[in-house]
Amino acid sequence: MAMAIRVFLLSLLFFSLADHSFSLYEDQAGLMDWHQQYIGKVKHAVFHTQKTGKKRVVVSTEENVLASLDLRHGQIFWRRVLGANDAIDGVDIVLGKYVITLSSEGSILRAWSLPDGQMVWESFLQGSKPSKSLLSVPINLTVDKDNVILVFGKGCLHAVSSIDGMVLWKKDFSAESIEVQQIIQPLGNDKIYIVGFVGSSQFDVYQINAKNGELIKHTSAAFPDGFSGEVLSVSSDMLVSLDSTKSILVTINFQNGEISFKKTHISDFVEDHSGIADILPSKLSGVFAVKINTLLVFIRVTAEGVLEVVDKINNAAAVSDALSFSEGQQAFALVEHVDGKVLLTLKYSHDWNNDLLKESVEVGHQRGLVHKVFINNYIRTDRSYGFRALIVMEDHSLLLLQQGATVWSREEGLASIVDVTVSELPVEKAGVSVAKVEQNLFEWLKGHILKLKGTLMLASSEDIAAIQGMRLKSSEKSKMTRDHNGFRKLLIVLTRAGKLYALHTGDGRVVWSLLLPSLRKSGSCEHPTGLSVYQWQVPHHHAMDENPSVLVVGRCGPNSDASAVLSFVDTYTGKELNSLGLVHSVAQIIPLPFTDSTEQRLHLLVDTDKHAHLYPRTSEAIDIFQREFSNIYWYSVEADNGIIRGHVLNRNCIGEVVDEFCFDSRELWSIVFPSESEKIIATVTRKLNEVVHTQAKVVADQDVTYKYISKNLLFVATATPKASGEIGTATPEEASLVVYLIDTVTGRILHRMAHYGSQGPVHAVFSENWVVYHYFNLRAHRYEMSVIEIYDQSRADNKDVWKLVFGKHNLTSPISLFSRPEVIVKSQSYYFTHSVKTIAVTSTAKGITSKQLLIGTIGDQVLALDKRYLDPRRSINPTQAEREEGIIPLTDSLPIIPQSYVTHALKVENLRGIVTVPAKLESTTLAFAYGVDLFLTRMAPSRTYDSLTEDFSYALLLITIVALIAAIFVTWVLSERKELQDKWR
Amino acid sequence: MRSKPVILVLFVHLCLSLLSFSLAISPGDGYTITGRVKIQSMGVKGFGAHAKSSNVKVILNGGQRVTFLRHDGSFSFYNVPAGTHLIEVDALGYYFSPVRVDVSARFPGKIQAALTENRRGLGELTLEPMRVEHYYEIREPFNVMSVVKSPMGLMMGFMLVVMFLMPKLMENMDPEEMRRAQEEMRNQGVPSLSSLLPGAARSS
Repeated sequence: MAMAIRVFLLSLLFFSLADHSFSLYEDQAGLMDWHQQYIGKVKHAVFHTQKTGKKRVVVSTEENVLASLDLRHGQIFWRRVLGANDAIDGVDIVLGKYVITLSSEGSILRAWSLPDGQMVWESFLQGSKPSKSLLSVPINLTVDKDNVILVFGKGCLHAVSSIDGMVLWKKDFSAESIEVQQIIQPLGNDKIYIVGFVGSSQFDVYQINAKNGELIKHTSAAFPDGFSGEVLSVSSDMLVSLDSTKSILVTINFQNGEISFKKTHISDFVEDHSGIADILPSKLSGVFAVKINTLLVFIRVTAEGVLEVVDKINNAAAVSDALSFSEGQQAFALVEHVDGKVLLTLKYSHDWNNDLLKESVEVGHQRGLVHKVFINNYIRTDRSYGFRALIVMEDHSLLLLQQGATVWSREEGLASIVDVTVSELPVEKAGVSVAKVEQNLFEWLKGHILKLKGTLMLASSEDIAAIQGMRLKSSEKSKMTRDHNGFRKLLIVLTRAGKLYALHTGDGRVVWSLLLPSLRKSGSCEHPTGLSVYQWQVPHHHAMDENPSVLVVGRCGPNSDASAVLSFVDTYTGKELNSLGLVHSVAQIIPLPFTDSTEQRLHLLVDTDKHAHLYPRTSEAIDIFQREFSNIYWYSVEADNGIIRGHVLNRNCIGEVVDEFCFDSRELWSIVFPSESEKIIATVTRKLNEVVHTQAKVVADQDVTYKYISKNLLFVATATPKASGEIGTATPEEASLVVYLIDTVTGRILHRMAHYGSQGPVHAVFSENWVVYHYFNLRAHRYEMSVIEIYDQSRADNKDVWKLVFGKHNLTSPISLFSRPEVIVKSQSYYFTHSVKTIAVTSTAKGITSKQLLIGTIGDQVLALDKRYLDPRRSINPTQAEREEGIIPLTDSLPIIPQSYVTHALKVENLRGIVTVPAKLESTTLAFAYGVDLFLTRMAPSRTYDSLTEDFSYALLLITIVALIAAIFVTWVLSERKELQDKWR
Repeated sequence: MRSKPVILVLFVHLCLSLLSFSLAISPGDGYTITGRVKIQSMGVKGFGAHAKSSNVKVILNGGQRVTFLRHDGSFSFYNVPAGTHLIEVDALGYYFSPVRVDVSARFPGKIQAALTENRRGLGELTLEPMRVEHYYEIREPFNVMSVVKSPMGLMMGFMLVVMFLMPKLMENMDPEEMRRAQEEMRNQGVPSLSSLLPGAARSS
């Protein structure tokens, strides 16, 4: 009997021990995860709206994405993400079927098939001199019945066949000192004009035969005042530029090879003109726009080269290029901001006073100003001309306006996430049900019977569809309140445009968005950039009534010495609570582990002069801070100089103004790496909010080792300067990689290890007492991953309970700067197939669940790899005890199991970062991967041991219980009968 | 215990002609690496969507340069300096081994390629997937064993065993032995759960 129970228990245990790897069935995709596709801020747009076929717009973006969008709904037909160094300079459509892109500073020209985005041809254009890159597709220029694409790049002009990308002819300008500005191709003419400046005060025109590239004529003229560099063509023989002071407009006429200049003072148009003018690069025929301070002036150029002002606009505005829509008629769009609305005006180029169209559209106030506008025409049912406008807003969003309404919009700001943090949702108030999601019992039962049919493979195809729909649209996951398991949260993301979004983790929708006023361009802040976002106030226990808020840190310029801006945003309402424009700069932001009575976290901002500033600026904060004054240490890394410094607080700042929130710092230690042999390429430290469950680790033979857990450990990787570049530049002999573990309080190097013949890039992750890092081994010419684990030896003798209580302790051992910490370090290396973009590690609420590494591969997928594969105790033949403990036999390379890709069959294009957020349920963690796309999934590194899985069949349980009860009754009746028979016997 | 990895190791026939060279044109300071990616329609259902070659990227040196495939699967990297480089193929649904490419400086135009996973030399720079990757578990078709193996099935099974087999065993037992066993049980008391566990059993 006892044996039977034991067997039963063991077998139960055996079957409940599930696999550790992340794996999904195909029908589970989208159940716990969501995926959003973006393209980024649009730079160029070309419409393709022929009468037949799909209407589409081809766009290129600042994220180096080329995409074809559906004009009706704004969905992506196809999308190609080019390499990071392959910025797109020009896009056009040729032959009605190929999309042409010019990228890599005018050296790579590619043609893509318009319907599906397959690359048709690619040609590499040789050139030696860096120059402006220009793409021009003349409408009627053919050479041997072949449409020609004119490309200027790297100092050469190329004529490229549009059918196969062959270079038809080439004209090298790199020998001349001309800086080419424009390619002008007059209609119905075989001549091409190449115009440009030599130095700043000479204007040159080259006339070239478009058929063969022969130089017909070269003329030049000197302009003693000098040019500012920009030039705009107004008509086929007229150009407009500004002189070097940017206060005189210069019209350049180069008709018939004669160059003549005409100067007009801007003060002739605008009375009290001061400051500088800029010519807008919009190509309008016969008209051009000049921006003078905040004023936009439209100026017409007559055939004689006389300038006359046609309009002045005082609102913020954007202008499109001219579009020719019927014989000889050209129109362009002017978009203004009037009373919080967007006013779209379409004007004829030749007739200013008549508007083709005037529409006022509400686009929402969280989008900022219009940055770009592209127009396209269509023919209405009444055969009149209609226009649609594609506008790019300040927050990078893309909108299509048509007939006075927004047809569709895309939140393209989310393609350029800078930083991510999380916020809890509000608690569900008692008695107030947020949504009527509770179904009645019958519905519930029906659902489960359907699910049971699904598991038993009895379901018909309609049933399967019904099940899938039911699971996907489960309103439970998108509620706006906190849930018991902590799966529902708000992701607060800061984008490059300075916009803050709150995304719901359940379905990824935008709950609120805020274009931060403090991160918008203003007089005092010329080029604001958002840096990072922190949890400022996380109310719990006391201060429960307050809403949580986040701190957004930015700076007013690209350099680190620019002054800082702080902004505090309520995460429930999405309103800015307060903003501060600071006088000091910001080099480092240190969230301190202290909070005040309203649960506001203390933050220390270190500026470039090594002064530390405390926020919030309250007397309570300073009281808390003074108590911990001597316990605050930090470090700074100067990668360029190869120095790591440790700092400690000194005293209040000494300056003209007494500021009790400002502190001087003192350098405590510094580590200088020899610049001729070591260059810092990566530094990684532990996440501040990481939870470690236990310091003790029980190893195979009932033995205990102690993890060396310190928040002040820093992992540094250095490489020889020659090998700090990309792969392919160094030989194994001259490359070496050195890794360090450094205590950032004492500056002591706890461990140093060299990998000879290896080089970066190094991607590393630090958690608990281990570091995992990825680098390139030049000798094997493969990527490797190494793990370093660090253990505390000072407590190694504390093996049993008595020694643990009375034995040697961290507290009893003397602490001194000179005492060597007794640590031992174990390490092991493995091959890894792919290049890596980023590495993260799962984090759970209590840190009990085993860890998985999340590796963002070069293929923009996220691979979950169990930490057990990176265990320095792995050996080729583990002993029986080690096997029982779960040690995997050593292999030379790490396994890549396709089922353990958390992104399953999806990609997170241009993957840049992975953030893990613990759920309240210990087994579960949320992983958010961002790049051009966003992807969030819920994962359980050791399976959901503390809750039933989604596909748990309640119906089967119910049936089992019923069957068991029935069996009890049957056996009872049987035994009664048998007893009766026995008694009769 | 991990799930049995459903890995379809489909090693595709690779050209085994060792150390033959593909030629590269050498304009100026750099060379051109030209190759081909060959993805055969492996006839695996569910992967029709992935097999499209339009979104296959070829990556040089871990992201330094990225290029795409033409219709015929060919790709080129232009202006590559002499040295040892790494080429990776990113195709959703397929596993490619990275390729080590040596561009010779001494013999301009000589390119030598080898798979890094198994150090196999490649004749021409023709890259083929080592295997198809299935990102989803395949649902096992319904069978009786899976129900029996589930905790609830085990529960039922155990119950049935106790109900129908145990009385049979008891009947077959010698009455003398039975009495002895009962006495023993009485002496020992009720067996506690801890004594049932294997670890405790060993220690006792």
